Amino acid sequence: MQYAALVAAVVVVAVATDWTRVGTQLFNPAVAADMAASLPVALKNTVVYTLAAFAIGLSLGTVLALMRLSSVGPYRWIATLYIEFFRGIPALLVVIAFGYAVPIALGVRIESVIAKAGLALGMVSAAYIAETLRAGIQAVPKGQVEAARSLGMSPTRTLVQVVIPQAFRIVLPPMTNELILLTKDTSLISVVGLLPTQFDLTKVGRDMLNSATGGLTALFVVGACYLVITIPLGLVARWLERRTGGGSRP
Amino acid sequence: MTVSPEAHAGGVTTRTGGEDVVVRIDALHKSFGEKQVLRGIDLEVRSGEVVCVIGPSGSGKSTLLRCVNLLEEPTGGSIEVLGTEVTDPDVDIDHVRTHVGMVFQQFNLFTHRTVLDNCTMAQRTVLRRSRAEAERVARENLARVGLAGTESLMPAQLSGGMQQRVAIARALSMDPQLMLFDEPTSALDPELVGDVLGVMRDLAEGGMTMIVVTHEMAFAREVGDRVVFMDGGVVVEDGPADEVIGAPREERTREFLQRVLDPTHRHDDQGAGGPGTSG
Repeated sequence: MQYAALVAAVVVVAVATDWTRVGTQLFNPAVAADMAASLPVALKNTVVYTLAAFAIGLSLGTVLALMRLSSVGPYRWIATLYIEFFRGIPALLVVIAFGYAVPIALGVRIESVIAKAGLALGMVSAAYIAETLRAGIQAVPKGQVEAARSLGMSPTRTLVQVVIPQAFRIVLPPMTNELILLTKDTSLISVVGLLPTQFDLTKVGRDMLNSATGGLTALFVVGACYLVITIPLGLVARWLERRTGGGSRP
Repeated sequence: MTVSPEAHAGGVTTRTGGEDVVVRIDALHKSFGEKQVLRGIDLEVRSGEVVCVIGPSGSGKSTLLRCVNLLEEPTGGSIEVLGTEVTDPDVDIDHVRTHVGMVFQQFNLFTHRTVLDNCTMAQRTVLRRSRAEAERVARENLARVGLAGTESLMPAQLSGGMQQRVAIARALSMDPQLMLFDEPTSALDPELVGDVLGVMRDLAEGGMTMIVVTHEMAFAREVGDRVVFMDGGVVVEDGPADEVIGAPREERTREFLQRVLDPTHRHDDQGAGGPGTSG
């Protein structure tokens, strides 16, 4: 009986929907077939842009996190300023800045799209990653540091061998989120102008929208492609979490 | 970083007076902000001695212990450990800590590493022993605390008592010349206390120099060479274990022991005749 409302809703939607139009315009096999050729490259590009951005975000984010935890005031202030700035403005603005403003200001054109995507998105995600890492490092119990130090390990060794590995496990779930968000943010890259070989998934989809009857099919195809990337990511993260979970606190 | 100063390398190099003094504490003061926790502590521990520090909570006994390996920074006075002035601002504290083992109330095993890794990590990175050598020493010490066969387990898979014994093996694997115990059995279920105290007794009988902050009066009396009673940040009484626990001179010591040994009899006002040593 509890399901009555649900069943009713499904029936209403099913009846109200014009299935023929859905078939030709939203799930048009011809359109999907048309896109098929460009999808593998776009999928690859999306993954490459994501990895470039994540690599930069993770390295810069680690530096920023350590700066925020530093006992040196100016380091803390700079890191805080950076984080507040890049967390607070839309990623799209940063992408545009790297596409147009930076070349004008510095007189250098960043030719590689991978570098452009990596830098722009990486700098934004570094702000989020820094905060995640800081929280993770601070969540490692103080006793772990004391134990390492009382064995004669230096502060750096303690950080590398005891604190960071344990913080890693703590930050694994939020880090997975960050990686998934980045995957989707690569859709912003196309605003700086891409060659067909540089297209990301969303760009391929958008180009199909107007070109044919049933162009909206592209949305569903592209959406499915993103899921092909992000769902396995989530599974790997969960597997990693389980694998490192043996060390959970009592 | 790789070249540790050869000047200290010998370990015990007692240069000042009293032949085999391992720890010499002079007028030690420690404040946390406004709060004075240690107010002038003098204490000497000789090689091979087992000194048990007892006292009510908040008396400063853990702080005192943590000052010895500089986990807490003293605000006044001086501490000499194994011939090195650890209160000297230029001290290579990592080097001193290499020779001083510490065991914590909460065990503090590295939760992300196996039992064996826990015992080899510092050996390899600090003492620069080979993997084979470090593992040999670790296995030896794990066997010594009765935990041979647990090498590949994670700390979370062990009982509290076993974790604490791993922590002892981890400290022993560095070949320390002094062991500090900070209420090592306070976080354990009662039935697990015995195993840990047993290991500590063996260690004491093997001649290890030990400072033990504890609430286990029977252990202090039986294993301790000396007992130090602290209250309010000062040493109230310091003497042979049998005397301090069996026949305390100070009123405050008597009151404390009575509360600890016989918590239900609050108004039994003279315990000096020798209170029974309950578990």
